[in-house]
Amino acid sequence: MKTLVFLEHHGGELLRSGLGVLAKAVSLGGEVAGVVAGSGVEGLAAQAGEYGAARVYVADDPALATPLPQPRVDVLAALVRRHGFDTVFFGQSVLAADLAAGLAARLDAGLNWDLTDVVVEGGELVGKRPALADSVLVDVAWKGEPRLALFRTGAFDPVPVGGAAEVERVAVELEDFSTRAVMLEQAHEEQAGPSIEDADVVVAGGRGLGKPEGFAMLEELAKALGGAVAATRAVVDAGWYPYSAQVGQTGKTVAPKLYVACGISGAIQHKVGMQASGTIVAINKDPNAPIFEFCDLGVVGDVNAIVPKLTELVRARKS
Amino acid sequence: MRPADYPPPFDPNEVVTAPSDAEPIEVGVLVVGAGPAGLACAIRLAQLLETAPALAERLGDVPVAVIDKGSKPGAHLLSGAVVDPSSLRRLFAGRRRVADMPFAGRVEREAVYYLTPRRALRIPTPPTMRNHGNLVASVSQLGRWLAAQAEEAGVTILPETSGEKLLVADGRVRGVRTGDRGRGRDGQPLATFDPGVDLLARATVLAEGTQGHLTGAAIARFGLEGENPQVWALGVKEVWRVERPLDRVMHTMGWPLRGAARYREFGGSFVYPFGKDMVSLGMVVGLDHTDAELSVHDLLQELKTHPLLRRILRGGERVAWGAKTIPEGGWYALPRRLHAPGLVLCGDAAGLVNVPALKGIHYAVESGRLAAEAIFAALQPGEVVGRPGALAPYDEAVRRGFVGRDLYRVRNMRQVFSHGLLVGAALAGAATATRGAVPRGRVAGERDAEQELIRTGRARRYPAPDGRLTFDKLSSVYLSGNRTRDDAPNHIRVETRVPRELAELWAHMCPAQVYEVGPEDAGKVELLVTPSNCVQCGAITAKGGRLTPAEGGSGPEYTLT
Amino acid sequence: MKIAVCVKHVPEAGAARRIDPQTLRLDRSGEAGLNPFDANAVEEALRIKEQVGDCEVLLVSMGPERALEGMRKALAMGADRSLLVCDEAAAGSDLVATSYVLAAALAPEEPDLVLFGQQANDSDGAVLWAAVADRLRRPLVSQAAELRVAAGKVEVKRQTEFGYDRIEAPLPAVVAVSDAINEPRYPSLKGIMGAKSKPQATVSLSDLSIDPARAGEEGSRTIVRALAPPPPRGQTVRIEDDGSAPERIVAFLAERKLI
Repeated sequence: MKTLVFLEHHGGELLRSGLGVLAKAVSLGGEVAGVVAGSGVEGLAAQAGEYGAARVYVADDPALATPLPQPRVDVLAALVRRHGFDTVFFGQSVLAADLAAGLAARLDAGLNWDLTDVVVEGGELVGKRPALADSVLVDVAWKGEPRLALFRTGAFDPVPVGGAAEVERVAVELEDFSTRAVMLEQAHEEQAGPSIEDADVVVAGGRGLGKPEGFAMLEELAKALGGAVAATRAVVDAGWYPYSAQVGQTGKTVAPKLYVACGISGAIQHKVGMQASGTIVAINKDPNAPIFEFCDLGVVGDVNAIVPKLTELVRARKS
Repeated sequence: MRPADYPPPFDPNEVVTAPSDAEPIEVGVLVVGAGPAGLACAIRLAQLLETAPALAERLGDVPVAVIDKGSKPGAHLLSGAVVDPSSLRRLFAGRRRVADMPFAGRVEREAVYYLTPRRALRIPTPPTMRNHGNLVASVSQLGRWLAAQAEEAGVTILPETSGEKLLVADGRVRGVRTGDRGRGRDGQPLATFDPGVDLLARATVLAEGTQGHLTGAAIARFGLEGENPQVWALGVKEVWRVERPLDRVMHTMGWPLRGAARYREFGGSFVYPFGKDMVSLGMVVGLDHTDAELSVHDLLQELKTHPLLRRILRGGERVAWGAKTIPEGGWYALPRRLHAPGLVLCGDAAGLVNVPALKGIHYAVESGRLAAEAIFAALQPGEVVGRPGALAPYDEAVRRGFVGRDLYRVRNMRQVFSHGLLVGAALAGAATATRGAVPRGRVAGERDAEQELIRTGRARRYPAPDGRLTFDKLSSVYLSGNRTRDDAPNHIRVETRVPRELAELWAHMCPAQVYEVGPEDAGKVELLVTPSNCVQCGAITAKGGRLTPAEGGSGPEYTLT
Repeated sequence: MKIAVCVKHVPEAGAARRIDPQTLRLDRSGEAGLNPFDANAVEEALRIKEQVGDCEVLLVSMGPERALEGMRKALAMGADRSLLVCDEAAAGSDLVATSYVLAAALAPEEPDLVLFGQQANDSDGAVLWAAVADRLRRPLVSQAAELRVAAGKVEVKRQTEFGYDRIEAPLPAVVAVSDAINEPRYPSLKGIMGAKSKPQATVSLSDLSIDPARAGEEGSRTIVRALAPPPPRGQTVRIEDDGSAPERIVAFLAERKLI
């Protein structure tokens, strides 16, 4: 296997998503190279080496200064053609998704996305992805080469191996249409907290909280855990929390690593919005609440007594 | 305490208004409701207009329009159903064969059982319930098919459109005002606000189905109340994919319903083979029941735990769920006249249901066909369709034809069951044997909401949902495909400060968990209402509240019911 | 001005969606309709049309004949005409094949702006527009939360993980809108009644001079191998709070390396 991994960067650092995918590529074996594209980014190449890349291609050009996808399609297409990569990996992001799809069209190459894993089975590369609101797992594969794979956020953790990569600068040749879109203003802010769709941890509240003030308590826990706060339809209806935080059939669908459901009964209208979460912890004083059927840790108890203490313990641990 | 003691904040007069739109839409004939009655009427009209091109042209760009509040035809249709195909055969004579229609199979065998908690006693099929020659169908699928036929014939079908007000001027029905869309919870217009319009027509056909909103208003406005008040049953239905095909059409009586007169639990269940790999089953109970904890949804779950049902459903999977009321008042509850100037009433909205035979679809189709013929005749030169009495021939045709004759024959059979199962069955048997001569005269009826409530601790016996055979209400609502906006205005009119017992009645009664008992204050409780769960079955209207049309396009998305 | 909106016919969101175990493809035999996210794109096109005046909104789709129904709804909203590529040979097309077909359908129309909705809710794709933009050789902007057309350019405010970017591109361009951009209008009754008489064209692959080998399963470069239910969650650990629940929760999370 000869794999190229797209390493996205922001604010002078390589993003976790790309580094995680890099670790996966390395674990699959074969030759693994990374590519970093931007302006004044040569320093980032060394970071790639620390996370397992044997070789890093650097496309450094003012035309690549802003994170737009189309010029990067030109860069990656040239690399794939010149060096014969049979596999290209991407970690999910707005940029990476557009880039991967543009590259698929450019090279008439298969792209499987939203993958949570990839394995070699019988000599073939097989991707795993959830489908239909995470209710079913599908095995997907590729016909021909190169094989493009776009992995879900947080699918893999970066593995610092402390190595050094061979760095090669590549010439940047861009199609005329690739530079027509121009970024007038680039976003810079780290948001106050992750949005509920991107968060690794979600703390959600339902009617079992008893009163709207219960959400202040959940916000504290979310902050301690580095996550976002979500709500069920019932409490949003009652005005306890804004609609933008609603998770469920008529709200958002999330699949964080950890979902803490506080005072939530677990009716199916809510369940379909969070059932694919990695680990589900439910706290509810009703022992017959349906949520206890599908959580990993079910705590029968009073949310208002448990959550503040839990927040304290989490904070203490982190410091 | 009776639900009728706490009437809803609703006045039928608010549903009737004069046309006022500066830019109304004009159609030739307007049909409200894309169910079997409405579509049969539209199809027959299209057939007749083919033979009268001059008239068709006079009716304008849209000679026949059908509006429906569901997202598409079939979305709000639900029934058992075993259908007598004769009306459809007559409607499509020479153009379509019954074999082309989406029926799921012929009734080969049938059986009626009296259930006890553990046993199923086969009893002879009452003559009124014989189904030989009839076909199993999903009325939702049938509706979709009929809509396709109607469109092919040139009918304009307008789904996602509710009929909110009846337009009346100079004592004539002029058409319908459609409902607004895009209002928020407090009624405020949202960015997507799309106001209703006046849909004017030369003749209006109300085929709204059970609890017809405009029908109720028309009956009040034109003084069309029947001799008995209309009464309803609530039917809750599921469709299951099963491992072994069912070989017979089944009906049951008895358990889990109680036969003693004071409970007034009139009804039973149906279990029909639906194709080779599916089964339709449902529980139907009269809404005159007195127990405040009666939940037809949960009775259906309880029914499924019976060995007879367990066997049928073993290894299967629930694939559809829905609920709808059925008018059960029969002949004496029919509107005094089925017409008014510029207006006819068809199908379930008019109460054309034969309760002992559990049949209504073929009456709906026939009534639609007869309505089309009467309207066509009244649109001919020399007649004025809006003249009082111009549409009287429709009423005569229904009453003199087999629809009226059948309903007259069984005219007292439902009412006698107010005496309980045993006495009721005996009286019903007598009625059948004498072709309706006994009991003599009209057995008076009472409104469902006028029954005094009792409490028996019934709710304790409902099975806990196990998620495989038995289910909770919210899971059921989910399976109905209910797509009502969370922030849509509340379309349910009901008194919200009521005695606890009444709130509990509604909470148990509603199959969709719309009502919950809220906090108590000064001897009454607050009724909590979640209108976005509502599947628009109509039970609340029977039992003390009032369902009005929700935003067009919302509500359930039935496909297999 | 001409705006082409790419729309897709997808199974109705709701309880009954399933993957056919035989074909390993989404069971599309049930109820279906316009992809709800495409309604945002149609709405945006209509808003631009209302602003610009002399503008045609064309719907383009690839799918079975039933897709005409969903497109009729978009026509009822106010779009002017629709074009459906309907061909057996195109069934089962993946990203590579679909983008090829759509680009071939779009190219002769020469639209000034091609709009896509956020994602197809049946494959959770979210990437088709980038592939189409590459084939059309047009500038691309995605995730548009605000869109303005003026003086031959499109100016977009879009949301990324880091906040909002402002991007500008000259027409002709391809823009994918996010569902935050607008609230699609309801088709009015007059719109629904008028939709029937709007032009609805259906073309086959050969009408577009597309080699069938580049479409459908043959033209696809990805395959679905197998289906499985997601790994079961495993036993639920259940505890009753006796005062020590917070500690036990922390221990549980630590054990799973979640904190």
